[in-house]
Amino acid sequence: MIELDCRGLKCPLPVITLARRIAEAEPGETVRVLADDPAARADIPAWCRMKNHDYLGEPEPGTYEIRKKSS
Amino acid sequence: MADIAARAYLDAASSAPLHPVARQALLAALDDGWADPARLYTEARRARQLLDAARETVAGVLAARPDEVAFCASGTQAVQLAVLGGLGGRRRAGDLLVHSAIEHSAVLHAAESHVSGGGRATSVGVSRAGAVDPAEFAAAVRAPGVALAALMTANHEAGTVQPVAEVAAECSAAGVPLYCDAAQSVGRVAIPGGWSLLSASAHKWGGPPGVGVLVVRKGVRYRSPLPADERESGRVPGFGNLPAVVAAAASLRAAESEREAEAGRLWPLVDRIRREVAASVPDVEVAGDPVARLPHLVTFSCLYLDGEALLHALDARGFAVSSGSSCTSSTLTPSHVLEAMGVLSHGNVRISLHRGTTEHDVTRFLAELPGIVADLRATAGVSGL
Repeated sequence: MIELDCRGLKCPLPVITLARRIAEAEPGETVRVLADDPAARADIPAWCRMKNHDYLGEPEPGTYEIRKKSS
Repeated sequence: MADIAARAYLDAASSAPLHPVARQALLAALDDGWADPARLYTEARRARQLLDAARETVAGVLAARPDEVAFCASGTQAVQLAVLGGLGGRRRAGDLLVHSAIEHSAVLHAAESHVSGGGRATSVGVSRAGAVDPAEFAAAVRAPGVALAALMTANHEAGTVQPVAEVAAECSAAGVPLYCDAAQSVGRVAIPGGWSLLSASAHKWGGPPGVGVLVVRKGVRYRSPLPADERESGRVPGFGNLPAVVAAAASLRAAESEREAEAGRLWPLVDRIRREVAASVPDVEVAGDPVARLPHLVTFSCLYLDGEALLHALDARGFAVSSGSSCTSSTLTPSHVLEAMGVLSHGNVRISLHRGTTEHDVTRFLAELPGIVADLRATAGVSGL
C-alpha cells in the first residue's frame, strides 16, 4: 500500500499529489492519503468518481483510502 | 487589460444589476417618501401611501396578504427573523429545527444561534444533484419536538429547485410550519405555495441593496427574537428605508412581468453553458440538476485548479463570476453546498445570468474558458494528469 502524506497542503494540492502518485500503484492496490485540508473530504471522493477509481472511505478523520482501478 | 466595456457580469446570484425601474422609483421616492409613515400629517400620509402600495405589490407577487409582508434591512435579516421568530413562536411545541444541508449560510448561522441558546437542529442531506428527498425530509419533520422546518425554494450555488410543494404537504400533515428562503427564486420562477414563512432579498431581483422581505402567514405563530418596536407589525425594528422599499417593489413588479420571457431566454443559455463546458473543458464536473433548476444559474468545477486563480484569470479577461472553492472563502473551508452534494469543490465557478446578459456574453465566455483553464493547468504543471 502506498501512503501519501499531504498534511499541510492546501486544496487542490492533495488531489494533485494523489493524481501524480497513483501511477506508482499497481492496479487494484490501495493508496492511502493523509490530508488535513477540509476540502479533501469532498474532493478525494469526487476525484475517484471522475477518474473511475474506487473510493474506499475515511477510516479515521483526515485519512482517505482509494483503490486504483484495475485497468 | 480587457476593455471595461467588454466586461460580462455573470454573478447575478450575488447581486443583480439595478433594474432601470428601480432607479426611477428610488429617485422619485427620495423626493416623496422621506417623512415618517407612522405620523399623522400630509407628508407622512404620502409616505404611508408609498409604503402601503409597495407592500401590496410585493404581497401580490408572493400570493400573500399585505399584512403578512414586512420589509427588513436586508435579506439576511429577513432570514434570521424568519428562523428565530418561527422557532420562538413554537417554543411550546418543541425546540427542534429541521433544515436541509444546503441552506444559505444565513439560515445555518441562525440555526447555530438557536443551538447555542439550548435548542436543537437536524440537517437533512441532499442528492448528488443537490435536492432533498421529500420522504427523508418528511421523516425528519415527523420526529417529536419539531418546531420549524426550513427548506429553500432553490439552491444559490447549484441552482437545483427543491421539492417545496411535496415537503409543504408533509409539513402541513405533521402540523409543522415550513419556512422557505426564496432569495434566488423571487422574480425568477413561480413561487410554490404551502409555506408558512418566507424570506427574499430585493437586490437579487434587480432592486436596491438593503431591502429584505419577511412574510409570515396569518395564523402562523411568530415571536420576534428582538426587543419590541412598533414598526412593520412589530416584526422589524427601526425606521425603514422607504425609498429603497418603493424601488424594490417597483422592480419586483417589473421583474415579475418579464419573468416568463426572461426565463425562456436564459434557460437555453444555461443549457448551452452546461453542454459546452462539459464538452470543451477536460476534467470538469458540471453540478446541479440539469432540469429541475433555476433558469439563470449553473456551477461547474475544474479538476486540479485553484478556484481563486480561476476567478482572477476570468476577471482579467472581463468576466465577473463567483466560486464556492475554499480558497475564495474567508474561512478557507469549501462550500458546504458542494460538500453536501459530494461534487468537486476546488476549481469551482458559479455563473448566474440576468436581464442584461446577452447571448454574445455567453458565447465569448464559452470561447475563452477552455484556453483560460488550459493555461492555468499548464502553469500549475497539472496538464494531462
